[in-house]
Amino acid sequence: MSTQRSYTSDLDLLKGKVEMVHGSGGKAMAQLIDQLFLQAFSNPYLDQLNDQASFNLPPGKVVMATDSHVISPLFFPGGDIGALSVHGTVNDVAMSGAVPKHLSAGFILEEGFPLADLKRIVDSMAAAAEEAGVSIVTGDTKVVERGKGDGCFINTTGIGVVPDGIELGGDRVKPGDKIIVSGSLGDHGVAIMSLRENLTFETTIESDSQSLHDLVATMVEAVPELHCLRDPTRGGISATLNEIAQQAGAGMQIYEEAILVKPQVKAACEFLGLDPLFVANEGKLVAFCPADKAEHLVEVMRSHPKGAEAAIIGEVTEDSLNFVQMQTAFGGNRMVDWINGEQLPRIC
Amino acid sequence: MKYVDEYRDGAIARDIAARIRTEARSDREYNFMEFCGGHTHAIFRYGIPDLLPDNVKMIHGPGCPVCVLPIPRLDAAIELAVTHEVILCSYGDMLRVPGSRKRSLLKAKSEGADVRMVYSCMDALRIAQDNPGREVVFFAIGFETTTPPTALVIRQAQKLGLKNFSVYCNHVLTPAAISNILESPEVRELGVLPLDGFIGPAHVSTVIGSQPYHFFAEEYQKPVVIAGFEPLDVLQAILMLVRQINEGRAEVENEFARAVTYEGNPQAKSVVADTFELRRAFEWRGLGTVPYSALRIKAEFAEFDAEKRFTVDYKSTRENKACECGAILRGVKSPRDCSLFGDPCTPENPLGSCMVSSEGACAAYYSYGRYQERTFATDQTHPAA
Repeated sequence: MSTQRSYTSDLDLLKGKVEMVHGSGGKAMAQLIDQLFLQAFSNPYLDQLNDQASFNLPPGKVVMATDSHVISPLFFPGGDIGALSVHGTVNDVAMSGAVPKHLSAGFILEEGFPLADLKRIVDSMAAAAEEAGVSIVTGDTKVVERGKGDGCFINTTGIGVVPDGIELGGDRVKPGDKIIVSGSLGDHGVAIMSLRENLTFETTIESDSQSLHDLVATMVEAVPELHCLRDPTRGGISATLNEIAQQAGAGMQIYEEAILVKPQVKAACEFLGLDPLFVANEGKLVAFCPADKAEHLVEVMRSHPKGAEAAIIGEVTEDSLNFVQMQTAFGGNRMVDWINGEQLPRIC
Repeated sequence: MKYVDEYRDGAIARDIAARIRTEARSDREYNFMEFCGGHTHAIFRYGIPDLLPDNVKMIHGPGCPVCVLPIPRLDAAIELAVTHEVILCSYGDMLRVPGSRKRSLLKAKSEGADVRMVYSCMDALRIAQDNPGREVVFFAIGFETTTPPTALVIRQAQKLGLKNFSVYCNHVLTPAAISNILESPEVRELGVLPLDGFIGPAHVSTVIGSQPYHFFAEEYQKPVVIAGFEPLDVLQAILMLVRQINEGRAEVENEFARAVTYEGNPQAKSVVADTFELRRAFEWRGLGTVPYSALRIKAEFAEFDAEKRFTVDYKSTRENKACECGAILRGVKSPRDCSLFGDPCTPENPLGSCMVSSEGACAAYYSYGRYQERTFATDQTHPAA
């Protein structure tokens, strides 16, 4: 823990607001760091209070990923921007097969933002980081004038180490590979959508926002021959499949009947004219796996709480046009294309 | 999902498809037009063409409100937002449609115009209430389905005494468009467009009823089957049309009896009749000027009529010469007959309106049916080849 400096009064975490001075580099900023960020994130690297974190990493290939979070609203069923900013980056790192180690956190706060909300967000980040086994080792805070931001934006950068013998990537995906999804699709997007000001409808759907590092660790240990992992966030699974089809120079054939979409999500999508395949997820992954290992991998995933509903949804095909096609439950075939335009802004 | 999944059942679909294959005579073609974009979307989204025999063909009609809105009227809406600095409220589909000089509502928004996407015209009314110091215009488009809500919102605005709310009315009428297609030289004289029957609109018919279609069945001897928007509705309607043709009948049948009656919705029809009146003529993209095919706001509601409240120029514009949207909307050409289709015209970079709306034939075909390209690429007999 840092050495406590003396302040004329404690930070008012109940009624206080973010002020311009909280980003000015002066005593107010030091107090915000001391009494809020350090309290929540405390770890040996951060507590050194240097401008940078220095640490050693275990041997292996190092991976790094960054993600900025501008979600609106900041608090939603099943999560908040704080937890999401940890999950998003942890998952990006984990999709390489890596064990996530450390995170940086950059906050852009709007003048007038309630400190109570900031504390809620920061506590939620700390809990999410602990759950994911990562430490937040360095950070930054900036404050912008009222009206120039939207409460709170968070950037996180993550670093992790890939175990020996694991090599994942879209270019490794081959025709014949099975496509596996870890659970139901569209939960995050629909949970957020239900809160938007001009779209109020009642739903019991919670965001699926969660870190997938432990599921990934179980998967790569059981099937190190795995070809690729990806988390289908913005653009939904359709974007992920199209991206990888292009990287792999192959096509994809999926089967609508094998894809799990919760009835409430289906109903909301029906109502809003959306396709669940385009809706964002924050706690699901898609795996591409050699066919002979696929059944085993699904079993392993199902034994993990975060993969309990894992299923094979299709396979990679030979296709020079890199089309992603779906056999509909109705019996016909159709393309699953990239999403056009913007389905819903500021979803993460 | 209850009341939805029942209409998407794969086993029943296979059964109906098998009956269509058995009953469709191999010595003739069956060319049916689905009028509505909602049907076009369902046909492609559920892969219905894969289930039909080769001699049963679907022709996509003009029933996509976004697609048939002429560019000058879109330009006028952009003008309202940019020059008159109103808060322009629009359904989402309209935002990306390219107007003249590659402008769109979305581009205008990025350049500072206050354009807001709404899901309902009531949202536009609320925005007007929340912004008493600003002019708020609702960009009303659509066929008979969206007209009654617009009528109600105008009446509600009057009741609330709102002084800053108006409607830019572009509501159009289905029967007029069907007449226009049936009267077109391609259908009547040249035989370019073989048309054996219609799948009648789903939601539109819940409002206007099945009654207006009897004229087409009798006068033009074309069978009409009104169908819901679910894929089983569409397949069943196709089977019913095949049977009518085989039996030499030209009748109006109602597959969508769970929602459509002979008279339609009298309350909705009366609120529309009390609020709007017929325009003598209205320009449609693709169909040209069609007499008595659209509605305008009655004089007694003039203060809520954006066309009376603001001076907006209606400058006719030239469309991209190579764009075949017009012919596609009339059913004369298919999306793949257009030289722009897929390159450079795509849903990300739409040059014509049919590529923008998810109900547009080009967008539905591009987004869902493009995998068939492989077959077409080697099909030398096809006009596009």
